[in-house]
Amino acid sequence: MPLKTDAVWEGMAGSTYQVGREKIKEYANALGIDNPVHHDVEAARAAGFRDVVAPPMFAVVYSSPAMAPAILDPEVELNFAAMVHGGQEFAWDEPACSGDEITTSTRCLSIEEKDGKGFYVFETNSVNQDGAQVARGTWTLIVRGV
Amino acid sequence: MRMALNEGEQIPELRVTPDKYLPHRYAGASGDFNPIHIDDEFAKMVGLPRNILHGLYSMGLVAKANAAIADGDPRALKRLSVQMRGMGVPEQEIVVTGTVKSSDGGRVVVDTVAAQGETALIKNAEAELEV
Repeated sequence: MPLKTDAVWEGMAGSTYQVGREKIKEYANALGIDNPVHHDVEAARAAGFRDVVAPPMFAVVYSSPAMAPAILDPEVELNFAAMVHGGQEFAWDEPACSGDEITTSTRCLSIEEKDGKGFYVFETNSVNQDGAQVARGTWTLIVRGV
Repeated sequence: MRMALNEGEQIPELRVTPDKYLPHRYAGASGDFNPIHIDDEFAKMVGLPRNILHGLYSMGLVAKANAAIADGDPRALKRLSVQMRGMGVPEQEIVVTGTVKSSDGGRVVVDTVAAQGETALIKNAEAELEV
């Protein structure tokens, strides 16, 4: 079956993630990041943050829920079982802090076939409750054997 | 203390050996419970040597290694772009190394690699920092 390359996925209204102190701490602990600004509210405030601040790659936690519907959408026809995560980019603006409500929208940038593989590129755009840009993600998913 | 980094200089090397249960903790922290990361039997059934590390965990280590040049300040990292290549496994040391590609005013671009032995997990990683 030829790779379906014409899917245009403009996303839905977006998914909203509520950032919390314990989740930031759990993420920081998994990565062995011990900077107190990720663990302690006083340390975070002393460093100029409104609350415990997330490490940049916490972007995965608040933005990936918005990727699932894009990957699983029947219109996109992505073979999830043969998928590998081939590349990732994030660009950060406003830091994500505990108490933030971050809304992420997703769109499909391109679907291409190359060397028998399907390359799916999605973009996530995350903004906080004040409308400030928090992070933009570019996700390259590779499907083998198309 | 922030480091003054010039083109061609190395960032401090980061060495981490993820323990057997790290993929489970990362799965919980990230919400990615794909069984190839947390179920050794399932991973072998689909042709992998064993349960493998999350690529985004390795990318997280690359982010951590780069943040270190700004004393861990989470505001410093402005952009990180990576390619995920070899499969990472638990219980084997990961070494993250980086070389400053350009340093212009407070804007530093670092080429970073994360590897386990001869296997590159993260390649062509480019980090852009404001320091």
